[in-house]
Amino acid sequence: MAGASYTVTTRTRASQIAALVAAILLIVAIALPTFASRSLIQDMFFILTMLTLAQFWNLLAGYGGLVSVGQQAFVGFGAYMLFGSAILWGVDPVAGLLLAGVFALVLAVPTAFFAFRLQGPYFAIGTWVVAEVVRLSVAQWKAVGGGTGTSLPRDARDLMWGVQWIERTLDLRASAARDVLAYWLALALAVATIGGIYWFLRTKRGLALAALRDNVQAARSVGVDSDRMRWIVFLVAAFGTGIAGGLIFLQNGRISPDSAFSVIDWTAFVIFIVVIGGIGTIEGPIIGVLVFFALQTLLADFGSWYLMVLGGLGIAVMLFAPGGLWGLVSDKTGLRLFPIQRRLERRGDGSPDEIE
Amino acid sequence: MSAILSLHDVSKSFGALTVTDSVTFDVPEGQALGIIGPNGAGKSTLFNLITGNLAADAGRIEYLGRDVTRTPPMQRCLSGIGRSFQIPQPFDRLTVFENLLVAATHGRGLPERAVEEDCAAILERTELIAAANRPAGTLSLLQRKRLELARAMATRPKLLLLDEIAGGLTEGECVALVDTIRAIHREGVTIIWIEHVIHALTRVVERLLVLDFGKVIGIGEPDAIMASKEVREIYLGIEI
Repeated sequence: MAGASYTVTTRTRASQIAALVAAILLIVAIALPTFASRSLIQDMFFILTMLTLAQFWNLLAGYGGLVSVGQQAFVGFGAYMLFGSAILWGVDPVAGLLLAGVFALVLAVPTAFFAFRLQGPYFAIGTWVVAEVVRLSVAQWKAVGGGTGTSLPRDARDLMWGVQWIERTLDLRASAARDVLAYWLALALAVATIGGIYWFLRTKRGLALAALRDNVQAARSVGVDSDRMRWIVFLVAAFGTGIAGGLIFLQNGRISPDSAFSVIDWTAFVIFIVVIGGIGTIEGPIIGVLVFFALQTLLADFGSWYLMVLGGLGIAVMLFAPGGLWGLVSDKTGLRLFPIQRRLERRGDGSPDEIE
Repeated sequence: MSAILSLHDVSKSFGALTVTDSVTFDVPEGQALGIIGPNGAGKSTLFNLITGNLAADAGRIEYLGRDVTRTPPMQRCLSGIGRSFQIPQPFDRLTVFENLLVAATHGRGLPERAVEEDCAAILERTELIAAANRPAGTLSLLQRKRLELARAMATRPKLLLLDEIAGGLTEGECVALVDTIRAIHREGVTIIWIEHVIHALTRVVERLLVLDFGKVIGIGEPDAIMASKEVREIYLGIEI
């Protein structure tokens, strides 16, 4: 036994197949605007942006244990900063996306100072309070329409980076070209988000985050800097959520405090997606957003029944399948599409049955 | 031998209840000290004060000659204080191997590559190697106890605190675990061990400390301590 050498691997056969399938899907997704209808592009935009928000909320709550119900603060603030910089300073909205992220990050610093003093449900309520405060403050900002909101200036919309090129290349009208641009940006953001989170979880810090998720006290006693991890996760999530918010309203073209800071749209639905798909996994939000979109499409004609069905389903999943739909699948099959588990294997002979 | 750890008049209260009452003692480097006392005597609280999971109300804790009374747990771990928990607290969704990786990388400030072989070696030694890739949440009690020990070892502690690690084990399981702990101690690791299973404890420790109602009521050679009338009355509840 002693002196045996080991290697550590994270790859599984399923993950290699998944990587191949993901690469093909990505190519199809990039090419989609050349053959798909405008409504499909808009649906895909919705799915991709919700997926991005869900991945960041999952990083916060599923890994960092930070159950925020105030992420709409960063969606709304990011979006408003994109509109504000376009209206006041003439910043191109595509560049404004980066500003949206940076401003959301800046907002996250005082928010964290305040909210990190609160534990559990108090943290959740605290973040919501911050979001409401930001909403009410932004509603006082006359340059972006105060309480009624405003639209993106025509010039900013039509002369946005890339729009004219798309108009010419794909032979589209300006409004359709804007949708295509927004879709491509959403695709890039979703891929970067998933890729970035996957990369992070495979680092030493990612391992510490998973340890904190499982047991805070034990993690601290083996040297994990829990405060630092919480800061990293909160700031990263705010940055990404701010960019996603900017993008959602860039595509929309119109903004108001009520829509930009909607707790239902940007937090409740996002929590639903993560919980139903499987919290604490990268695969979960992907499954969750597809289920959410399917339900929304199927139940579109049933008005408020739709929300009741969503709520009922969310509760049922929490009670009977706390690991979410992906949890059911991976428990049954052992399948992992984004493997982060470090597996110890004996070097040389492939005697995998020795180590379970 | 110089003291690796010294406590000077350390006190801690929860409301009106004093759980650690002016506790003073030294642990010389390389020694194994056992701590016994009835339930609620404040043994685990004492550990939490030493690791920094709780803050002392009064008194001073010195580790390696430095005052660490206000040092957070993470830094105490980095400077070489490792611990096991009375109720095993594994990272359930991580594998056994990953449980050790977290401790080794963060407890020692090293990259993963540098500690992988060491973690595997500790798993061999604590007889967990066959379960290395299982989620820690699926382990049996004995395996969880072993994992507590293994994870504390992965931080390569100078001072190892064991909290009732033999509790709840069968006789055979207990003997094997004690052998592992003795081997670790022989390599020069200082150990403080809280245990109700006295015969397991006395096979390893050179000194015993008795705690009752938060007070040190005796410290010295295990045989002398176990023979003293005071200890027998208070700890064993036997009128002689």
